[in-house]
Amino acid sequence: MGKKHKYSKELLLKLYRTIYTIRIFETRCIELYRKALIRGYFHPYLGEEAIAAGACAALREQDYIASTHRGHGHCIARGADIKRMTAELFGKQNGYCGGRGGSMHIADIEAGNLGANGIVAAGAPLGLGAALGAKIRHEDRVAVVFTSDGGVNNGVFSETLNLAAAWSAPMIQIIENNRYAVSTPIEDSTRVPELYKRGKSLGIASLEIDGNDVLEVYESTQHAVELCQKGEGPVLIEAKTYRHGGHHCNDPGKYMPGDKVEYYKKHDPLKIARRHLIKKGKALEKEIGDLEKKIEWEMEEAIEYASASPEPPVEDFLQEVEKY
Amino acid sequence: MPPEANEDRIILYREALHEALAEEMQRDPSVFIMGEGIGERGGSYKVTADLLQQFGPERVIDTPIAEASFTGAGVGAAITGMRPIVEILFIDFCLLALDPIINQAAKYKFMTGGLGRVPLVVRTQGGSGTGVAAQHSQSLEAIFYHIPGLKVVMPSTPYDAKGLLKSAIRDEDPVIFIEHKLLYTAKGYVPEDEFLIELGKGDRKREGKDASIIAWSNMIPRTMEAAGRLAEEGIEVDIIDPRTLVPLDAPLILESVRKTNRAVIVQEAIRRGGVASDIASIIQAEAFDDLDAPVEIVAGKNTPIPYNEALERASIPQAEDIVNAVKRVFYG
Ligand SMILES: Cc1ncc(C[n+]2csc(CCOP(=O)(O)OP(=O)(O)O)c2C)c(N)n1
Ligand SMILES: [Mg+2]
Repeated sequence: MGKKHKYSKELLLKLYRTIYTIRIFETRCIELYRKALIRGYFHPYLGEEAIAAGACAALREQDYIASTHRGHGHCIARGADIKRMTAELFGKQNGYCGGRGGSMHIADIEAGNLGANGIVAAGAPLGLGAALGAKIRHEDRVAVVFTSDGGVNNGVFSETLNLAAAWSAPMIQIIENNRYAVSTPIEDSTRVPELYKRGKSLGIASLEIDGNDVLEVYESTQHAVELCQKGEGPVLIEAKTYRHGGHHCNDPGKYMPGDKVEYYKKHDPLKIARRHLIKKGKALEKEIGDLEKKIEWEMEEAIEYASASPEPPVEDFLQEVEKY
Repeated sequence: MPPEANEDRIILYREALHEALAEEMQRDPSVFIMGEGIGERGGSYKVTADLLQQFGPERVIDTPIAEASFTGAGVGAAITGMRPIVEILFIDFCLLALDPIINQAAKYKFMTGGLGRVPLVVRTQGGSGTGVAAQHSQSLEAIFYHIPGLKVVMPSTPYDAKGLLKSAIRDEDPVIFIEHKLLYTAKGYVPEDEFLIELGKGDRKREGKDASIIAWSNMIPRTMEAAGRLAEEGIEVDIIDPRTLVPLDAPLILESVRKTNRAVIVQEAIRRGGVASDIASIIQAEAFDDLDAPVEIVAGKNTPIPYNEALERASIPQAEDIVNAVKRVFYG
């Protein structure tokens, strides 16, 4: 090493904090799902945390993100309050969507998070629209679209990417390539599983990165923002990653080869970020341990908040919906 | 009603669907299935379990998440001699494939002067009740009902599911076959021997003289529950399940209404622009003089389906709503 690192300890701590928060949030919420306090579909972001953490850390307050069905991580990384997130998963009045959206529709509009999406790849054109609006208004903003590898094979993804290029939109398309769409391996869905090549074919600056290394994600997103600012957008980033478990909470993921899961649990975004924090940020074990405890405590507070939050009143809802 | 409802071969709705698929694939080599996760995984609701092993990957095709394209491919294959069954995981995702369904499949026969046929089945699944919220819980049958050239099937029992799916596969025209996510584990009698149910033939699920209830899909079990409560109060309802919305068994509905002189129509979908309103208009046009009370419609509220459990419940007809509607037409 020897050379002076360009990453401040503050930044490294922030990245680690985000990743650890997502890890704890997902882990605790899965337990609550098993206790039936959370219902519906729950797609955990475990193992992919560095993508949201790194990308969102490179964004400015004015930027937008569009998320996916696996959206808790993006929401947290964009600065959401885990109290209101937990309340949303509990279907409570104080949740981000008043209990109406739940996991698959969690959105934090004030923070520029257009929301999770129940329709695979549907976030891509929404993000493009956000970028287009910014361009028309001559505002210095970018839109980051997170799309899953399965979404890349949907027509709307290709159309959006082509449009973004034709319009030179300030859009950053991040493909979260975890290699599976539910149980279907990426190789079964395309002849070219190197998904960044889709961007190249459309004349778009395209990068292929290790999505489990938060600094790689951070740096490439920063670079992408700069390109967009210069009018050289869009940019495509394929972030390679892997799920730590099945597709959703009720999928044991038996089709995922054991050795691969083992490999990725070692090549864990959390462990990598921790190493960066110690090596490059010179943080001490004790310091990190204290931060982790603090986050765990914040999560327990969030659960208490969500439990105490009221149910949305049925009578108000019925008054609001029109008769016909 | 199934012929021998006291027989002992009781199976699940999803098993009945599976039997229909396996039998038709066995019978006719031009039948094949494609959809997301239907092969190795056997489908989200296990309807296609082991079909890949039985019929191989040429006839049981796992697709990428590309609804518009594989549905369109189904249309093309159907025109040229195959009998594709396209599975779309949720009816909500059919909205991505409306062009191949509505502009292509539905119109092809007409546009070609009757020479081209599209023997395609789109199997999909709708309805609310599991907390999967606004984009995975819709009841969208009215969209397809509205389109000339499509048949629309919505079975409520394992028996109907099997007989209707077999007929849908053999039909020469495109059929939208809509299952309900809460019905996959519903149990019912299904005979061992092969049978078909003609598309367009409704079924009387309960015999009664006091009021007619017309309902389909998951509103049938709910209506049966309401009927039990009404019977305790001395009101006997006649329950008609059209089973297929297109073609609609209007004669059966009208016969029932002429007998009871009262009609309640129950649908999970929202009321505006719904199938219930259309059935009500048919009843008033054809049986106005037989009615002793205005036709009642019990329908979903005019809202996207909420995630919160109590709000979700409040959004769709419950047994007590049906009971109350019947009392309104009965007591005036
Ligand atoms: C248009 C559409 N088709 C199908 C689905 C059902 N579905 C939800 S997630 C999923 C797999 C997604 O895989 P991928 O896109 O790789 O995302 P990942 O779950 O791996 O993050 C499918 C098929 C959907 N939500 N939307
Ligand atoms: Mg994936």
